[in-house]
Amino acid sequence: MHLDHSLPLPAPAVGADAHRPGGARRALRVGLGGPVGSGKTATVAALCRVLRDELSLAVVTNDIYTREDAEFLLREAVLPPERITAVETGACPHTAIRDDISANLEAVEDLEDAVGPLDLVLVESGGDNLTATFSRGLVDAQIFVIDVAGGDDIPRKGGPGVTTADLLVVNKTDLAPYVGSDLARMAADAKAARAELPVVLQSLRSEEGVRDVADWIRARVAAWTA
Amino acid sequence: MSRAALLVLADGRFPAGGHAHSGGAEEAVRTGRITDAASLESFCRGRLHTAGLVAAALAAAAALGCDPAALDAAADARTPSPALRTAARRLGRQLMRAARATWPGLELDAVAREFPRGVHQPVVLGLAARAAGLGAADAAHCAVYESVGGPATATVRLLSLDPFDATAVLARLAPEMDRTADTAVSAAHRVRKGGPDELPAASAPLLEIGAEAHAARPVRLFAS
Repeated sequence: MHLDHSLPLPAPAVGADAHRPGGARRALRVGLGGPVGSGKTATVAALCRVLRDELSLAVVTNDIYTREDAEFLLREAVLPPERITAVETGACPHTAIRDDISANLEAVEDLEDAVGPLDLVLVESGGDNLTATFSRGLVDAQIFVIDVAGGDDIPRKGGPGVTTADLLVVNKTDLAPYVGSDLARMAADAKAARAELPVVLQSLRSEEGVRDVADWIRARVAAWTA
Repeated sequence: MSRAALLVLADGRFPAGGHAHSGGAEEAVRTGRITDAASLESFCRGRLHTAGLVAAALAAAAALGCDPAALDAAADARTPSPALRTAARRLGRQLMRAARATWPGLELDAVAREFPRGVHQPVVLGLAARAAGLGAADAAHCAVYESVGGPATATVRLLSLDPFDATAVLARLAPEMDRTADTAVSAAHRVRKGGPDELPAASAPLLEIGAEAHAARPVRLFAS
């Protein structure tokens, strides 16, 4: 091979550079993490349905041992298949989103190359524990999704996901009466744990659905492209 | 050379994507070829003297400055399984990213630009060692250690194997790893004069077949 440094194409980016190799601004990357079964994939699907007509978007999933989440999104046809990529994590989604983000960076860059330009890439973590947060080298903002059925003491217990995520979503509020969860207490504990950081309580079965989270993302995209 | 730089490159936490790969251990566990520490040791020994030796020779040759494109083609020729070739290039791309961020330099940039879809991971490993100021023996040692360290770590997760037993397997293999690395470095020096045909071509058909079976499975913990 020849080591010709005068080639017009720059080498691919190495980290969370805000620009594509060609100089254009890359897509905003938003991570969604949270415990198993809290409704991350359902939230991603709802966001895709609401935002796909106004934004160019794509999704990266990080499943633990299958392609279930990617296949759910494909089955629900929330996006064309070429806009959904599954990253395999070797049993450790928190490693792939925090400690070793190389596979996820490849995935988001490949999506931009293949179907871009994109406005937004949603990076969904596999269900994990309360300490699983995204590296700032991978995403620009992160959403932590918990649910009322997982125990109403989770906001009080805190942990990096609950306390530091840019947005905390308390999901499945419609289930609160059936599982004996105290929504007011969850909201108050979340506010105490997060100071000024926002919290959204949502039920995807309600009329409002994912509206508040979608509005939060719209504001983020507007700020990113401004 | 810097011994500390070698530790940085060889560290299992070096963020280059290896954690998602089992080096064929997952398929071997599923088909009953790895069931305990003793069978893990046999598996690792086989991998070390085949795929490990070839990887180490490729890494050492790259560290000596041999043409990465020729080495990449030689790696292809020594990797019959398309799934393994894909995995090796993907890991090569991930390692390239990590290496360029860790030891920035024009040579790595040029290879990244020339091969945006990645070159085989052991070739990148040699280039990374070179960028870190390390030598051919260092690159070969990283490669042989990776060839058995990955399966051992994966087996701890797959079988809930006692992690002390898995680490003891690696320790017992250490003298063989040293000898394999030495063999690889000798071959790499020959490659400098005689070209990539001097590279060893030890193959492990069961690893190749297993990789294809693994790639077709709908449920798996590891990518390869």
